[in-house]
Amino acid sequence: MDLLLDGLSWVLLLGGGFFIFVGGLGLFRMPDFYTRIHAASLTDTMGAGMILIGLMLQAGWTLNSAKLVMILVFIFFTSPTSTHALAKAALFAGIRPLISPPEKQENAKDDGEDAPS
Amino acid sequence: MRHAISLSVLLFGVWLLLSGHYVPLLLSFGVISCLLVVAVSVRMDVTDHEGHPIHLSIAALKFWPWLVWQIILSNIAVAKSVLFSSHPISPNIILVPAKQKSDLGKVIYANSITLTPGTISLELEGDLILVHALTREGAKDLAGGEMHDRVVKMEGKA
Repeated sequence: MDLLLDGLSWVLLLGGGFFIFVGGLGLFRMPDFYTRIHAASLTDTMGAGMILIGLMLQAGWTLNSAKLVMILVFIFFTSPTSTHALAKAALFAGIRPLISPPEKQENAKDDGEDAPS
Repeated sequence: MRHAISLSVLLFGVWLLLSGHYVPLLLSFGVISCLLVVAVSVRMDVTDHEGHPIHLSIAALKFWPWLVWQIILSNIAVAKSVLFSSHPISPNIILVPAKQKSDLGKVIYANSITLTPGTISLELEGDLILVHALTREGAKDLAGGEMHDRVVKMEGKA
């Protein structure tokens, strides 16, 4: 049983580390501000989530686990708020989002151009 | 009043879990500080259904597992776009309707959009949310409206 818990917790910890790494890599690979936010959101959803759950499995039914649950809940409530604030601020500061050439939706591009005004 | 009571219980629960010291002196400090916080927030008029939405608790417990599953799926999709050039990005902006009855429902919807990687809500205005999506597939999934309907359902049941 201990071995199973340990194994599961290691899988989660390594998986979380992997997603944080991919998020960091995405920050370099993505072309503009808005797409970089998407990459960064990998780290605070799957990355943080998997690492915290992995740590909970290590801590067992203790007070520390309860604290880790709280950290997880706080991250899940606050991170979309800060991401939204960041994206909205960028939009109103006039940073034009990079739009891929439309295949069929012409209006999708217009929405992006009109919004900052 | 209902909200003030549940807020006190919740705050004291959090205090108990965070402190870990269960001696009478410290417990009474905890009670006093919790009551002080509740008194301040009642005076600030934030202990209402918006600041402390207890009426959504049960419906939210049904919505969250589905949201977590969506987050996992979209995490994998975004990770693929980062790692493999065979999954190219196609950033675009769409307007999606938000027909939730209350402001709270709209904010929950917009936050759920932002929380799922690959889509960010840029602005919420009236009944519309401006969304930046990393790929056209992500935008299409969102425009399909399953998340929207689930938030409406969660709000409606309360």
